[in-house]
Amino acid sequence: MSVTFTVNGTSATVDVPDDMPLLWVLRDVLDLKGTKFGCGIALCGACTVHLNGTPTRACVTPITAVRGAAVTTIEGLSPDGTHPLQRAWEELDVPQCGYCQAGQLMSAAALLAATPRPTDADIDTAMNGNLCRCATYLRIRQAIHRAAGNPATDGAPAGRGAEEAA
Amino acid sequence: MTTTLRVSRREFLRVSAVAGGGLLLGAYYEPLRALGAPGSADDAVLNAFIRIAPDGLVTIMAKNPEIGQGVKTMLPMLIADELDVEWSRVRIEQAPLDTDRFFGQSAGGSTATPNNWLPMRRVGAAARAMLVAAAAQRWGVAESECETGAGVVHHRASNRQLTYGDLASSAATLAAPDLETVRLKDAKDFRIVGTRVPGVDNKRILTGKPLYGIDVAVPGMLYAVFEKCPVFAGTVASANLDEVRAAPGVRHAFVVQGGTALNGLMGGVAIVADTWWAAQSARRALRVTWNEGATAEQSSEGFARRAAELAAQPPQRSLRSDGNVAQTLAAAAKVVRAEYAYPFLSHATLEPQNCTAHFTGGKLQIWAPTQTPQAGRRLVAQTLGIAETDITINLERAGGGFGRRLSNDYVVEAAWIAKEIGVPVKLLWTREDDMRHDFYRPAGFHYLTGGLDAAGAPVAWRDHFVSFGEGDRFAPSAGLGANEFPARFVQNLALDASVMPLGIPTGALRAPGSNGIAFVIQSFLDELAHAAGKDPVRFRLDLLANTPLPEPEPQGGDQNRSRPPMFDAARMRGALELVAEMSGWGTRTLPRGTGMGVAFHFSHRGHFAEVVQARVSRQGHVTVERVWVAGDIGSEIINLSNAEQQAQGSALDGLGEALGQEITIERGRTVQSNFDRFPLLRLTQAPPVEVRFRKTEFPPTGLGEPALPPVIPALCNAIFAATGKRVRSLPLSKHDLSWS
Repeated sequence: MSVTFTVNGTSATVDVPDDMPLLWVLRDVLDLKGTKFGCGIALCGACTVHLNGTPTRACVTPITAVRGAAVTTIEGLSPDGTHPLQRAWEELDVPQCGYCQAGQLMSAAALLAATPRPTDADIDTAMNGNLCRCATYLRIRQAIHRAAGNPATDGAPAGRGAEEAA
Repeated sequence: MTTTLRVSRREFLRVSAVAGGGLLLGAYYEPLRALGAPGSADDAVLNAFIRIAPDGLVTIMAKNPEIGQGVKTMLPMLIADELDVEWSRVRIEQAPLDTDRFFGQSAGGSTATPNNWLPMRRVGAAARAMLVAAAAQRWGVAESECETGAGVVHHRASNRQLTYGDLASSAATLAAPDLETVRLKDAKDFRIVGTRVPGVDNKRILTGKPLYGIDVAVPGMLYAVFEKCPVFAGTVASANLDEVRAAPGVRHAFVVQGGTALNGLMGGVAIVADTWWAAQSARRALRVTWNEGATAEQSSEGFARRAAELAAQPPQRSLRSDGNVAQTLAAAAKVVRAEYAYPFLSHATLEPQNCTAHFTGGKLQIWAPTQTPQAGRRLVAQTLGIAETDITINLERAGGGFGRRLSNDYVVEAAWIAKEIGVPVKLLWTREDDMRHDFYRPAGFHYLTGGLDAAGAPVAWRDHFVSFGEGDRFAPSAGLGANEFPARFVQNLALDASVMPLGIPTGALRAPGSNGIAFVIQSFLDELAHAAGKDPVRFRLDLLANTPLPEPEPQGGDQNRSRPPMFDAARMRGALELVAEMSGWGTRTLPRGTGMGVAFHFSHRGHFAEVVQARVSRQGHVTVERVWVAGDIGSEIINLSNAEQQAQGSALDGLGEALGQEITIERGRTVQSNFDRFPLLRLTQAPPVEVRFRKTEFPPTGLGEPALPPVIPALCNAIFAATGKRVRSLPLSKHDLSWS
């Protein structure tokens, strides 16, 4: 089955089985290796891409659902790796193993596109589906605030911390 | 251009003693043949690790596997600092497996720092000395009149200078200095060590460039999946291969006989197709009849039942016996008894196991995200019946390790399939394969008795540890060290063990042994503190102030060998006092349902004390509000950014384990298969983790593991403080923690 869609602004036509997930089309047909495989059933977020701007788990998105759509992957987040989130991630040295970070960045980018100055609660909602096995969550939260131009935090979600109990 | 560096036999012994031996150091006494790394023809090769281009750009080889512990950045930092170059003028390349040139190459046991702290610095210092010698020759001055800084050799007296780029080709013709006597920097002169250096792969990671094992692409490559028996080491009786072969895109489908060893190649069915999705789709049509074998009878429930039976009997053997436990307990003012248990755990690296291999003309090339490439090469050679010298292994960045990739089962599977088909092939496991075929953190059962004297001091301690194994052998990572604290600090102490057979593969999970044992020991210590009516920090400080029984003498072998790294009570007291201060221990009033807990643990040469503050709702929901970590890993924190990350990540990893993780065995099979039933910690569950390091005079040690173990008992002790409910088994999700 032939499917035409847009990837990072370029038109692509692929001839693959109907049920082939977008993840494997990106990785193994279009050679875009940035989108990662973690669980295969939309539980970890490593495969997050934007489908017409909406954060979407590519591992459970059949290619037929992408016909005519615009897909953005980590490779297309910015032309040269200078999206404010990419810069903040680099400045704060967020990655440990790094495997989940493409998915984290794509979820965070969708958040900032819709909510340029997110609160901790906004971050909780947008990012809780992206697992990081190394648990870089504290720096992920800090980096989103930094990219958004929010004041620095210690990575603590709103309403947490020792002060409230003191 | 070749230069020869030698590490003397003495140097090897010294390094080996520091490391406590093991598989990591086998090649240290081999001459370092600096054959020169592949690269620009213009680069001058100073040794196996360092090339310098005419423009002064330095290329440094990173020798060890990077699994997220930061070693690809940290080891080159040591070289670059001693070489005296700007970090911004350094490029890092991942070395392939070549232990003749790069010494031991593995990731495990938090050993990279203690094993390489001096050797890597000497590599950099030796190259610096050659550059200085080249400059001195060119100027006709004494080497002692020359100094270096930021990639330049200066001769102040004549106001002359030459860049490393100018000097590199001459320096490369000189003999390398003796590594043992080469001058190293004073700590106060470090310019890279002790700073915050971001990971060298960050740019590639953040822009989605190929980097990990799963990203490897070889021209003409096919894709494989491998279906194994759900019961470990079961074999294929029959399979509908013809049906599978007829599926779209499938090129090969065949049975792999495999063996019975839990750490070797296991039997199964390989399906090879044009795309991974085609192979995985064809797998849905696969029907296999398995010979499951005897271990299909085993279950977590059965293990718990058997543990209780064994605990009721005299222990099978004694691991340690000091003083007279029975007499002391009989005379004790208070006796406390408790049973503790922890479950099997999976590693769940986010990148599922994978490996790419190509067998052609009798040679095998492998691209593997493995923690132990050398062991992998040996396993492949033995299993496939080919020479190790015919196997090349390229090290790929791993999407997490945590000990899972110490085992090379997926490497030998890929190699076997590649040899069968003769074209390049990438084997990729699904998440379900990964969780059902792990080398699990073994479950464990501890039956404890403690005695307090009239003053509330612990005077007797007995642990009947029920674990897995056969005879005198524990299953992998299922043992208990005879020196485990509080050994030596409680005068009357017995560590006993009984084992039951296990058909489930087990292995090292981040801070192996310690990740379960710390929970037991530090929780039970808390029980004793409360029974004694003492503050849990004060109780621990008092215990650490006891005069310890003498350390055991090393048994047999080389009497000159240093002792293995030992627990140091003074260092632990320092960490404990620091964490008490950081957390405001005992100075804050907390609302009902909120509590603080403390714990410490020594592992992997690191002394760590941690405090957790947790809130438990009336319904029993646990929220970890804050964690404080105080660690002593010696005199230098090499990379502050990564050190903080490793400590925070370890603490959060431990919280994830404690809150909800458990692998259950039924009918010899793993029940959980994905993140729905094996929950990883999520962003909203991650509390702030404040980390401080207490610098001491000891040589720097590793940080991938030792910050993990204390956080679990600290959390459980906080829950006790909050609710009065004592948690004696994990995970917490199995307990009713509600209160009123």
